[in-house]
Amino acid sequence: MSQDHLVVVGASLAGLRGAEAARKAGFAGRLTIVGAEPHRPYDRPPLSKQVLGGSVAPGATTLPILEPLDAEWRLGSAVTSLDRIGRTIDLEGGERIAYDRLLIATGARPRPWPDAAQNDLAGIHTLRGRDDAAALRSALAARPERVLVVGGGFIGCEVAAACRDLDLPVTLVETGPTVLAAILGVHLGSVVAALHEARGVDLRFGSEVEAFEDDGTGHVVRARFADGRTLETGCVVVALGAIRNTEWLAGSGLAFDEGGVDCDADGYVLDAEGRPDRAIAAAGDVARFPHPLYDGRFVALEHWGHAAAQGAHAARLLVGRGTGEAYAEVPAFWSSQGGLTIKSVGLTEGADGLVIAQGDPKTGRFLALYGRAGRCIAAVSFDSVRWLPAYAEMVASRAPFPPPGGAVDQGGLTMLTPGFPGEDDR
Amino acid sequence: MSDATLFEQAKDEANRVDPYPLFARLRETPVSRQSDGTYVVATHAAITRLLHDPRVSSETLPPADRPKTGNPISDWIVKPIRDRITDTHRPFIFRDPPDHDTLRRAVMHEFTQARVQALRDRSHGLVDEILDKHAGSRSFDIVDDLAYPLPVTIICELLGIPTEDEPQFHGWATQLATALEPDTMADKEARSENSRTFETISDYMTGLIKEKRRHPKDDMLSGLAVAGVQGVPQMGDYDLIATSILMLVAGHETTVNLITNAMLALLRNPDELVRLRDDPARAPRLIEEVQRYDPPVQFRTRRALTDIAIGGVTIPEGADIVLLLASGNRDPAVFTEPDRFDPDRSGVRHLGFGGGLHYCVGAPLARFEAEAALTALARRLRNPRLPADPPPYRPGSALRGPKHLRLAIDGIAPS
Amino acid sequence: MPVSNHDRIGTSPSPDPSRAAGGLQVSVDLNLCQAYAQCCYAAPEHFVLHGAEALHYDPAPSAAARQSIERARVACPVQAILVEDAGSGRS
Repeated sequence: MSQDHLVVVGASLAGLRGAEAARKAGFAGRLTIVGAEPHRPYDRPPLSKQVLGGSVAPGATTLPILEPLDAEWRLGSAVTSLDRIGRTIDLEGGERIAYDRLLIATGARPRPWPDAAQNDLAGIHTLRGRDDAAALRSALAARPERVLVVGGGFIGCEVAAACRDLDLPVTLVETGPTVLAAILGVHLGSVVAALHEARGVDLRFGSEVEAFEDDGTGHVVRARFADGRTLETGCVVVALGAIRNTEWLAGSGLAFDEGGVDCDADGYVLDAEGRPDRAIAAAGDVARFPHPLYDGRFVALEHWGHAAAQGAHAARLLVGRGTGEAYAEVPAFWSSQGGLTIKSVGLTEGADGLVIAQGDPKTGRFLALYGRAGRCIAAVSFDSVRWLPAYAEMVASRAPFPPPGGAVDQGGLTMLTPGFPGEDDR
Repeated sequence: MSDATLFEQAKDEANRVDPYPLFARLRETPVSRQSDGTYVVATHAAITRLLHDPRVSSETLPPADRPKTGNPISDWIVKPIRDRITDTHRPFIFRDPPDHDTLRRAVMHEFTQARVQALRDRSHGLVDEILDKHAGSRSFDIVDDLAYPLPVTIICELLGIPTEDEPQFHGWATQLATALEPDTMADKEARSENSRTFETISDYMTGLIKEKRRHPKDDMLSGLAVAGVQGVPQMGDYDLIATSILMLVAGHETTVNLITNAMLALLRNPDELVRLRDDPARAPRLIEEVQRYDPPVQFRTRRALTDIAIGGVTIPEGADIVLLLASGNRDPAVFTEPDRFDPDRSGVRHLGFGGGLHYCVGAPLARFEAEAALTALARRLRNPRLPADPPPYRPGSALRGPKHLRLAIDGIAPS
Repeated sequence: MPVSNHDRIGTSPSPDPSRAAGGLQVSVDLNLCQAYAQCCYAAPEHFVLHGAEALHYDPAPSAAARQSIERARVACPVQAILVEDAGSGRS
């Protein structure tokens, strides 16, 4: 086992679980953890839920450390560059750190509003980090007359739900046909949309914000839509997805873009020629890797469980305690919004069929199974998580789709169209 | 020797004291077909999978068939009607969604934090009262003196059974527990005795429910009887009776066995008894380890709704399935040194309370009752010894626990 | 824009001002969680179900909650509750 210097870039869930896994595997060398934010690694999922609701303080979600780390921390210092020849990284303050093994877990950041000047207006928020959550929490606590959420993905939906929990008027704008359409398809996205509508969210689909206008002092007061209409609002949440923190890899020779840094099946990063660098692995949101379950398609997953599992996998690999097997964890995520809990396994992308395998959307509790080319590729539960493990196995084993009927509460299964927006609609 | 006989042996009285070596042999074949067409599932992974499998039904009870009386009106009119009512109003442990979910949700809605926490405090009080009564004793039967009376009282108080009626429930509880023994329920004679008790208790509950509907109090039965709030539908009388009896059946003998099996494990591991006495905060992990190591519910039965491929075999549609929870709990693929009693093991995903949709409703209450009993026993029993080891066991193999656990003691310390 | 805080560079291990001395840090793996609600009974002040399956929990309980958090942790059927106990060694 390697006992030299392991540097983890990214004081994140993936970075922390990686550092723990290295120690647990017996790594006794020097361990340094570098983080751009001044905080010890913290948990993000509560930020868009309990933190906005005010029941949990923004600073309270520090992650438990489950193994003695004996680490040197460099917090509040972003990494600025990587020299793979000299095996060093440079930090923002000018410090240079030499590594023998490097774990890249720099994560992602919210995609900003495309107009930089408008993006900088006071009252325009994004939500990813602890500080973002603290700022948005204060803004909501000041009870704005209306909140505008731009984007109907999971963060957008969770923020809209949190606003309604606080009894704040909220408008959610989405260019697509419904919420979560890209992830769940229109069929199930509409089920979620109905929930938000019933809870009083003003939903506007097929609608696009063109610009934000300020009051002359740099505070947003109004959104102008592409169709010319306007909406008065002093509190905007831009929830347009994430871009990966990869800029610091410029000049490193690695293959990367804003969608992540490329890795091989083991987890080692790849250079521009597709050759692995066996001193460096990547994990979490920033890592784009070929997933064996999806025919080696390159994916970069923004999932909590994935960050933890891949962080550990990559660290074990770096300290010479890898299993020798490709990372093949089945993707999984959850979201809770407005009292509804959605949990998912697998990836729905490319699904050509959908069945309600259990329960009934009318009751709000059901389990949906997605298929592609006759195989199960994903399962999504709406308040029905105890059945999910059975379907997770079907996804993991690529069981035939649709499955033969016979579930306890179902007769025959009806094939539905998931309804993913076409490429043109995105 | 064929696998078919292994499960029979495991269920045999002769192996009641220690069926676990037979479970180990059963695990060599994760899913094994028995000569009667039943499939026994013995590994942690396979059991866990089937507990969550939507093609696995819990509707395993044979159709009701009350004994004929010779009276034609009774036999040809009353009996078929009552049999039909029984069949359509099974307790939810023997039902599938969506009916199961509706009934269980109604119960969970009444299984409130306030009620459970109150019964937790009550358990501590009851245990101390019971031990006080035996202050001067030189012997103590964990079963008769403590483990038996505690849960019945707790369930009666949860449901809202008037105190004066409680004693009759002590008798009914034991008889009804046979409903969880598939072998007993397959026996015609035993079944009719069970159904006679069922009729008696049904008659009693019918009256009580009427009373609760008229004059609801702050108890679970009243809550269920007058529900209809928050989208939880009001239960009909038949479902309410079945549900109350279920609470009594499922919550009684299992808790007796939990307390007794735990105490037996502590007496066989005296260091653990001392550690518990010195640090009562160890009780929760100790209880989880008992639920793993020697669980009160050893197996549950299910039925395959369709052909299910698992563990290299295909369980055919309609086949009965035995989920051998106690074997999964000793699976070396999941637990290191599984046959060692070790409350300090971490990450224990035991199957002692089942899993999936039918996970034990009363688990929180069972834990609190056991914690109250075990911490008080560890603290107050002076020099407890086990003169006869192994103790005598109750009949039945689905529920496992000693019939008596008579300790020699040097007295009981004041609380 | 990353926040810079050079005063903190080089500390080992980094103290965290947000943590109460001797307090606990809790995180729940909500992929594993199947809403059995055992934690809600074991430590009702720290774990609450919202709706059918959304578990809300206190990520930073005080040291006084140690025993009920431990009760919740061991009772979890899927062992989804992760606890760092700064006061009494690690779980």
